[in-house]
Amino acid sequence: MEMLLALFVLSIFLGFELINKVPPTLHTPLMSGANAISGITVVGALAALAVATKGAPFSKFLAFLAVIAAMINVVGGFVVTDRMLKMFVKKK
Amino acid sequence: MLITLLNLLAASLFIFGLKKLSAVKTARFGNQLAAAGMALAIVVTMVHVTELSWVYAILGILIGSAVGAYAAQKVQMTQMPQMVALFNGLGGLASAFVGIAELLPKAQIYLSMGHFSHHQATAIWFVAVVLSVLVGGLTFTGSLVAFAKLQELISGKPMALPQQQLINAGLGIACVVLTILGLAIFSSAGWVITCVMFLLVISLVLGVSLTMPIGGADMPVVISLLNSYSGIAGAAAGFAVGEPILVIAGAMVGASGIILTQIMCKAMNRSLANVIFGGFGAEDSSGGGGEYKNTRSTTAEEAAMLFDSAQLAIIVPGYGLAVAQAQHAVREFANLLEKKGCKVLYAIHPVAGRMPGHMNVLLAEANIPYEQLIEMDQINSEFKNADIALVLGANDVVNPAAKTDPKSPIYGMPVLNVEQARTVIMVKRSMNPGFAGIKNELFELENTLMLFGDAKKVVSDLNEQLKQL
Repeated sequence: MEMLLALFVLSIFLGFELINKVPPTLHTPLMSGANAISGITVVGALAALAVATKGAPFSKFLAFLAVIAAMINVVGGFVVTDRMLKMFVKKK
Repeated sequence: MLITLLNLLAASLFIFGLKKLSAVKTARFGNQLAAAGMALAIVVTMVHVTELSWVYAILGILIGSAVGAYAAQKVQMTQMPQMVALFNGLGGLASAFVGIAELLPKAQIYLSMGHFSHHQATAIWFVAVVLSVLVGGLTFTGSLVAFAKLQELISGKPMALPQQQLINAGLGIACVVLTILGLAIFSSAGWVITCVMFLLVISLVLGVSLTMPIGGADMPVVISLLNSYSGIAGAAAGFAVGEPILVIAGAMVGASGIILTQIMCKAMNRSLANVIFGGFGAEDSSGGGGEYKNTRSTTAEEAAMLFDSAQLAIIVPGYGLAVAQAQHAVREFANLLEKKGCKVLYAIHPVAGRMPGHMNVLLAEANIPYEQLIEMDQINSEFKNADIALVLGANDVVNPAAKTDPKSPIYGMPVLNVEQARTVIMVKRSMNPGFAGIKNELFELENTLMLFGDAKKVVSDLNEQLKQL
């Protein structure tokens, strides 16, 4: 548990360092990319799905919904970010 | 061990991805790196968790991916803020569900060892479950409200109940009480679960009641903040299920959202507390909408002649330009000017769109090279060299009152120095004051010419006139 807390604090500092220098041009793709990464909760949803298979069907149902919602976040986020960044890079 | 290393690799891909996202040339690759990291994290989890219900896992992944990919392909660039809000909200919902799905099967087992507060591990676990439910639920409904405001399903005006802040404070206290009850008082799984269900309901209400009073003009701040929340909810879910990768990724997203929130607040010269509790625009026209005197208007024909002899023109795009879908006409206009030997630059105010950096995306869509998009701090010293500043659908961000009139509600907000250009051409639909209902002194200046009409129509007219010259 202490290790998770340490990871949490260090990752916040890392996040600050990484994002601080991003030029304004990239703020929208950055945000939608970061948004996609926050869909990492899908990993938690899968873990919960595994736990839930042992017991409560309602739990399983919630974990299943969580997988769907998080995957929309992940795939939608990455695809839309790619769409935007493609426009920046393409030659005039 | 292998699992740990692979997860570490996934986390590294997120970090490298975010780093590459900070330069235009490498950004696309960075996004792909992050996506690869996500794919790796998902596969690793599916392989190493025992007793995974494969059918549900794969079905969920397929459905979610299909919906996400479809929505991401269909969405228009002007609608990007609401799309991001919606995705964000779903991420929050997922975290809340993970918290509950984690609680239900384990509550009974852990309670057999006594109250959650008796053991450090179960205490932290329960608090993590509560936080993922609370922050996740709040992110979900908050994002839905932001979506509805941006999509104009509901009014963008700040809407607050009487004693709104008292109500919110009461809900906040209820959350604390419920958490303590679940942590240290209740000893049956049924009661603890009821507690968390109440917390879920409160968080859903809080998401609405915290977002409704925030005005449409403040949406860039709200979107950034909700983005941060979704990361924090993910990190909390990581504590609950004991997955380090969630903690790492969630914390980084949380941090990035906070930074963007700060940048947006600074661009509007408002504190975060002021945005959240201020209800900006609720008490309209404190600066006095007022009558305009001695304004001069012009026609597309006259304006085209001015542009014909210009050396440097600076275009100031605002959200009005995006609403009118005038980006492509502007691009053509810039091409025509450049052919006549006039240099064209674009001045981008940080809050020019509905989310941070939105205007840059909208202009990129019209193939306007990003090198010509200059941020406020750099372009402000250029205006005095400009022959013409063409303001398209922007208003408050070019109001000199922000610099000169301490009584103005936007006093102190960083603005673009358009008035220093030799001539300012202000394209506007009518004489109405802008979104915030604040009088714009720029309209009355001697070097300002008003050009009335829809942004797209006006620019198309200018293009026609320029072609004839």
